[in-house]
Amino acid sequence: MATTDIHVHHGVPHHDDHEHEHEHHEGNFFTTYIFSEDHKVIGKQFLITGIFWALIGGLFSILFRLQLGFPDANLEWLRPLLGGWISDQGKLDPQFYLALVTMHGTIMVFFVLTAGLSGTFANFLIPLQIGARDMASGFMNMLSYWFFFLSSVVMFTSLFLETGPASGGWTIYPPLSALPQAMSGSGLGMTLWLVSMALFIVSTLLGGINYIATIINLRTHGMSFTRLPLTIWAIFFTAIVGLLSFPVLFAAVLLLIFDRSFGTSFYLSDIYIAGEALAHSGGSPVLFQHLFWFLGHPEVYIVILPALGITSEIIATNSRKPIFGYKAMIGSLLFIAILSFVVWAHHMFVTGMNPFLGSIFMLLTLIIAVPSAVKIFNYVTTLWKGNIRFTPGMLFSIGMVSYFLTGGITGIFLGNSAIDIQLHDTYFVVAHFHLVMGSAAFFGMLAGIYHWFPKMFGRMMNAKLGYVHFWITFIGVYMVFFPLHYIGIAGFPRRYYTWTNFDTFSGFFDLNMLVSTAAIITFSAQFIFLFNFFYSMFRGPKASSNPWNSNTLEWTTPRLPQHGNWPGAIPSVYRWPYDYSKPGAKDDFIPQTIPFSETPESNLPHENDLIRLETTGTQGAIVVEKKD
Amino acid sequence: MTNLIIGLGVVLILVILYLIFRVSSLVGLARTRPVTTEARVDSSNKVNAALFLGFTIVSLVAFFWYSFAYFEDYNLPVASVHGAWTDTLFWITMAVTVAAFSIISVVMALFVFNYQHKEGRKAKFYPDNHYLELAWTIIPAIVLAILIFTGLRAWNDITSPASADAEVIEVIGQQFAWTARYPGNRDNTLGSYNYKLIDAVNEFGLDLSDKNSFDDFKSLELHIPKDKEVLIKIRAKDVLHSMYIPHFRVKMDAVPGMPTQFKFVANKTTEEMRDELNNPTFNYELACAEVCGQAHFSMKMIVVVEEPEAYEKWKQGQEAWLKQNPDYLKKVPAALQDAAMIKAGMQRDPGVAVAGN
Repeated sequence: MATTDIHVHHGVPHHDDHEHEHEHHEGNFFTTYIFSEDHKVIGKQFLITGIFWALIGGLFSILFRLQLGFPDANLEWLRPLLGGWISDQGKLDPQFYLALVTMHGTIMVFFVLTAGLSGTFANFLIPLQIGARDMASGFMNMLSYWFFFLSSVVMFTSLFLETGPASGGWTIYPPLSALPQAMSGSGLGMTLWLVSMALFIVSTLLGGINYIATIINLRTHGMSFTRLPLTIWAIFFTAIVGLLSFPVLFAAVLLLIFDRSFGTSFYLSDIYIAGEALAHSGGSPVLFQHLFWFLGHPEVYIVILPALGITSEIIATNSRKPIFGYKAMIGSLLFIAILSFVVWAHHMFVTGMNPFLGSIFMLLTLIIAVPSAVKIFNYVTTLWKGNIRFTPGMLFSIGMVSYFLTGGITGIFLGNSAIDIQLHDTYFVVAHFHLVMGSAAFFGMLAGIYHWFPKMFGRMMNAKLGYVHFWITFIGVYMVFFPLHYIGIAGFPRRYYTWTNFDTFSGFFDLNMLVSTAAIITFSAQFIFLFNFFYSMFRGPKASSNPWNSNTLEWTTPRLPQHGNWPGAIPSVYRWPYDYSKPGAKDDFIPQTIPFSETPESNLPHENDLIRLETTGTQGAIVVEKKD
Repeated sequence: MTNLIIGLGVVLILVILYLIFRVSSLVGLARTRPVTTEARVDSSNKVNAALFLGFTIVSLVAFFWYSFAYFEDYNLPVASVHGAWTDTLFWITMAVTVAAFSIISVVMALFVFNYQHKEGRKAKFYPDNHYLELAWTIIPAIVLAILIFTGLRAWNDITSPASADAEVIEVIGQQFAWTARYPGNRDNTLGSYNYKLIDAVNEFGLDLSDKNSFDDFKSLELHIPKDKEVLIKIRAKDVLHSMYIPHFRVKMDAVPGMPTQFKFVANKTTEEMRDELNNPTFNYELACAEVCGQAHFSMKMIVVVEEPEAYEKWKQGQEAWLKQNPDYLKKVPAALQDAAMIKAGMQRDPGVAVAGN
């Protein structure tokens, strides 16, 4: 096989070393689709699992929004689904309410926006965009998915326990999460949560090591770091951040397991509960919070950085312009990634932590606004004087920038410890992070799916349905989360089953009803996407190999890249990925595989100098001067 | 039966939607120009561009309208000295961020609309401009530096140690109630406690070998004086809680094994606030802001702010915990029994009683 080298330069012996290998990889159904070591299949596995979890996480949010928006409604009709969690009066059980909130957070943050987003696009895009046959270790990559799958199974099982799944909030602060007497969800449900997270961390680390190794080592000829698309840069930083921070969560989880099961006192001290003084002494609940947020804060960047990378790529492609300030974009990603490690305690201003630490963390936290602002400005400037095509991917990318702006700006309030005293744990925080990391990352993911669907499945998604999906979701998400700012400024605390016990929190029935209604509509609109996704997978019009006229390497593969990605040699790379609308060029895009020697009409002065390097290169597919 | 009908209805609607989709996509297919033409977008591009502009305008108008029209609804009155300060910081930050937000949103919407695809136009190749990038790095940095500076001053002041004559009160969180302990009318010092001494009656875990504990009294309402610094000592018995008094802009976690504290000055009595709000039933409320279990949402304590004289009077009227629970006298070391009875107000005439023994 592999007789059709689609690359313009034939007969170059390099990069062909895999050629004979991959023809032996034709396997049966199991090795092709289930225990596949092919990065594209693994990426799709992450995607499908992520979509499954997103539906469950979304459904949970609808259930508790029903309670918050329509506190008087009779929910008897949910009994077939929820059974005993609906009380005899037709109300949602308050304990189950907390379980829903907890699982919604856990599922969305870890299973959807970490595994579903990074797992999908890191796996799918890294080899395709850097020009590699596959990941550095296909086997580890497969393990990464299957550990995630195992983790999913354990977490899913915990949903059906009689005592309920974990319900102490996604941050699982002990002692609440450590003591089954404190709430029933802290029994077996919490144990399964901890086991599931331990497996999840293993999966993340296996994946992360692979992403880093692949990006550093397997770039094709000419693909220097400064020619990497921003998606790869973002995934690269994400993987490093994950590799450094997830082990800390592992430690935190492990110590919590010890406290729960083996009577240690890492986090427990001076507790009198259920009529009994516990023997635990000398531990500190605040220690857990430090450990948790040492992961937890980088985690929100693990969630958002890939979305920033994806949207940078899509916005540049569809504006038909180079991304503005490519190096500044990388710099700000790097700066954000570094700062993400030194801001964790801004989640803890009012936990009794030393106030001086609060000052330091406030300073560091607000600094992070600078690179974030740079990113926004660069996005906006990329749109300036573009020639914008509103593909569904582009719409979602612009939506992502909008959320990143709206949600990011409220971070300036929350990062200020003096202002945070009042806003901490109110709906203002809920509004902030749902916009800046939840919705923004979700939109990054959806943008990525619409954009790379043609390469994933060789078919086009229906654009009209994409538009409808986008507009309902875009407006719906704002209708859900924007009003929460007002509710938060009014002081409403999070994770309240009902506010009617307090006169202070007795208003906003109308706004809460609006939010819940918008949430239901937005959630329903996702079924338009699901239909489009699965229908197009089989019946969508066949895509051309480069439907968006994009520059990056993945679009040089055939319509449906097989194992090994490129039949024949891996193409070499001669330029950065953003030569869109270059003055003098014939078309408004020049793929990375076109040497400068072929485009004298559009080369910039320093690029003409590079032609010499192309011709004297000792490696790769350089055929401008035949030397022998 | 109804369920069946509803189910069938849903299926029918889905089938109809699917048919509409099929028909429209087939019609679309029939109408599509050959793929080879130069047109890279269809008429939807214009619609999407216009929608972005329209959405931005409508939503910004709605945002400003609601924010002004319903200001009273979401603006929580403030009744503490530091609260007025942090509120000012809040609204300064709001002014800065809303300005930035509005400008960027409008500019982005205009760009999106203005630079939508036009056949034959070529985008401007504009990869970078270091001056621009430097400008929008430095300007936000300066603005943030000012915000950080003002915030730090407020934070340092709020978290600085309380003055020596501050009114000290202990607030204890447990599943699912708050209680307060006052240092008493005699020694004005909180007695020590130990969680191992907690039982159904001795809910504070009062250590009765400490003579400061004899006159401590319990309250289910938090009474505090107006215009006097109050230092709340906060602890939790079982899990994390968070003492949150919205009108005072006060929030601090209650942590088992690690006492925390928060100092503030309330500057409006409950009565004054009732007049201000025209609400004769208004009360300050203390809530829990850290999820603590199934009845987290019901952990409420009424806070009463009084003029200092009324506050002192209220205090004088409270009975010491020991007096309410005389059984616990036997836990007091023998040598301190009499002092305990005196301080707890269980004996009227201390001098005579001591002499009699």
